[in-house]
Amino acid sequence: MSAMPQTSETAPADPAVRAPSLHIRELAFAYPDGHQALYGVDLRIEPGERVALLGPNGAGKTTLVLHLNGILSAGHGSVEVGGLAVAKPNLHEIRRRVGIVFQDPDDQLFMPTVGEDVAFGPANFGVQGPELRERVRAALDAVGMAEHADRSPLHLSGGQRRRVALATVLACEPEILVLDEPSSNLDPVARRELAEVLLGLGRTMLMVTHDLPYALQLCPRSVVLDDGVVVADGPTRELLADADLLRRHRLELPFGFTLS
Amino acid sequence: MGAGHAHPLYLPGTSAAHRLPAEVKIVAAFLGVLCVVATPREAFPVFGGYLLLLAAVWWVARIPPGWIARRSLIEAPFVVLAVLLPFTGPDPRIEWLGLSLSEAGLLGAWNILIKGTLGVLTSLTLAATTPLRDVLLGLQRLHTPPMVTTIATLMLRYADVIAAEARRMRLARIARGHDPRFLWQVGATARGVGSLFVRTYERGERVHLAMLSRGWAGEMPQLTDTRTTRRDWARGLAPVGVALVLAVTGWVMT
Repeated sequence: MSAMPQTSETAPADPAVRAPSLHIRELAFAYPDGHQALYGVDLRIEPGERVALLGPNGAGKTTLVLHLNGILSAGHGSVEVGGLAVAKPNLHEIRRRVGIVFQDPDDQLFMPTVGEDVAFGPANFGVQGPELRERVRAALDAVGMAEHADRSPLHLSGGQRRRVALATVLACEPEILVLDEPSSNLDPVARRELAEVLLGLGRTMLMVTHDLPYALQLCPRSVVLDDGVVVADGPTRELLADADLLRRHRLELPFGFTLS
Repeated sequence: MGAGHAHPLYLPGTSAAHRLPAEVKIVAAFLGVLCVVATPREAFPVFGGYLLLLAAVWWVARIPPGWIARRSLIEAPFVVLAVLLPFTGPDPRIEWLGLSLSEAGLLGAWNILIKGTLGVLTSLTLAATTPLRDVLLGLQRLHTPPMVTTIATLMLRYADVIAAEARRMRLARIARGHDPRFLWQVGATARGVGSLFVRTYERGERVHLAMLSRGWAGEMPQLTDTRTTRRDWARGLAPVGVALVLAVTGWVMT
C-alpha cells in the first residue's frame, strides 16, 4: 500500500472564465478570548481540484473550515467561493456553494429518516416537489445508499452514516466539498468504499485530515497548515516524502510506510 | 413515514383514523378535550357518552381497549391529589363506610378524575394512531412556532444518541469498578449526569453548526407536498361534533 497510484489531476475547464472554487487571501482570525488561530492564510483552489489540508491538532484547520461558509467571519483578509465573497449578504448562497461534511455523522444527521435528512439542505435552498425528490435520489445513488432512504440514520453502520452525511451535502450541489476527517472511525473496508465514492464524484474537494495515506490516495495536492499559517503547498507525494517537513509539523506516516 | 422511530404509544395500523392527516387529528383531539372540560361536573351521564364516543373511535382505529387501558396508567401519579380532596374538602360532609367525606371535595375529585381520564384517553388515542414524527409535522402545519417544532424534532432524533452516550459512560464507570448499588458511590453517577449534560450541550452546538451549514434559517422546510382536503377535516371533526352535542346536553341538563 506504500506505492499508491497517483490519480491524475483534473484540469479546470477554462481558468480564464471560471473563478477559482476557493480563494483565501491573508485570512487572519483570533477567538474572542484572544487566542489567535490564523495568522494570514493564502490558498487558491481551482475548479475540479482535490486538495488535502494537513496539519497537527490545534494548527487551525477547523477554524479555517468554519470560515469557508461564514460561520466564523474573518478578522482580516477575505474568502471567496466561486468568485462570491463570504460576507453577510451572501451567506445563504455561500452555504449552498460550500458543502461541509462534519467529522461526526451524528452531528450532521438529525432527521428521522435518511431521505428527509438528504432533503433538508436543498429544501432550505428552495428546491421543492419533484426536483427535490430527484435531488435526494441522485445524491443517495451517488453514495450507494438509495435503498436506505426510509431508514433511520440510527440503524445504519458507521460507514453508511458517513456516506449519508456526504449525500446530505451533495444534494445541495455545492461548488466545493469540504470534508473534515472523512476517514476517522471507519473500518478499512468502509474507508476504501468512501474513497471510491469520493473519487467517483469528480468534484472540487478540500479534505481536512491526519490520515496521510488517505490524502495521498485521494488528493493530488496538499497544503500543510501549522500555527495558523500555510507552511507547505505542493504535490501530496512530494510533501509526504519530505521526512524533515513532516517531523517539523508533527505529521507522521503510519508505522512501516515510506515514500521515496 | 414508516421506518425508524417506533415508540411505545404508537400502534401501527392502516385504519381510517391512522390515515387522517396529523393536523386534523390534533385539532380534533384538542377541541374534543375542550368539550369535555367545558361540561358541568354534575352531568354524570354525559361523561359516559364521551367514553362511548372514544370507544367508537377505538373501534374504527382497531385499538384494543385493554391496550389503551394499560397505557392510561400513566395518569395515576397525577390523580393522587384528587383522592385527598374528599378528606380535606370543606363542609357539608357525608358519612360513608364510617368515613367522613366532604361533599364538595367528592365532586371536585370526580371532576379531576373523569376529565383527566378522558383527556388522557384522548391523547393516547391520538398517539396510538399518529407517529410522533407526524404529530410534529402536523403541529408545524398548524403554525406552531417553528422553534418549538424544531426543538421537538431534534429531541426526537437525539434522545437515542444521548441515551447511547449515557450507556457508554455507565459502562466505562462499571469497567473501573464502580458499583452504583452502594449509596456512597452515588456521587459518581451524579457527576456522570453533569458531564452528560455538558456533552449534550456541546453536541447541540455542533448539530446547530451543521444545520447552519446546510442553509437552515430557523424554520424546518416542508418536505412533503401532500395537501389536507376538506374531506379530511370533515371526517376528523365528525367526532368533535358529537362531543359538542354532548357538552351542550350537559349544560341543558344541569
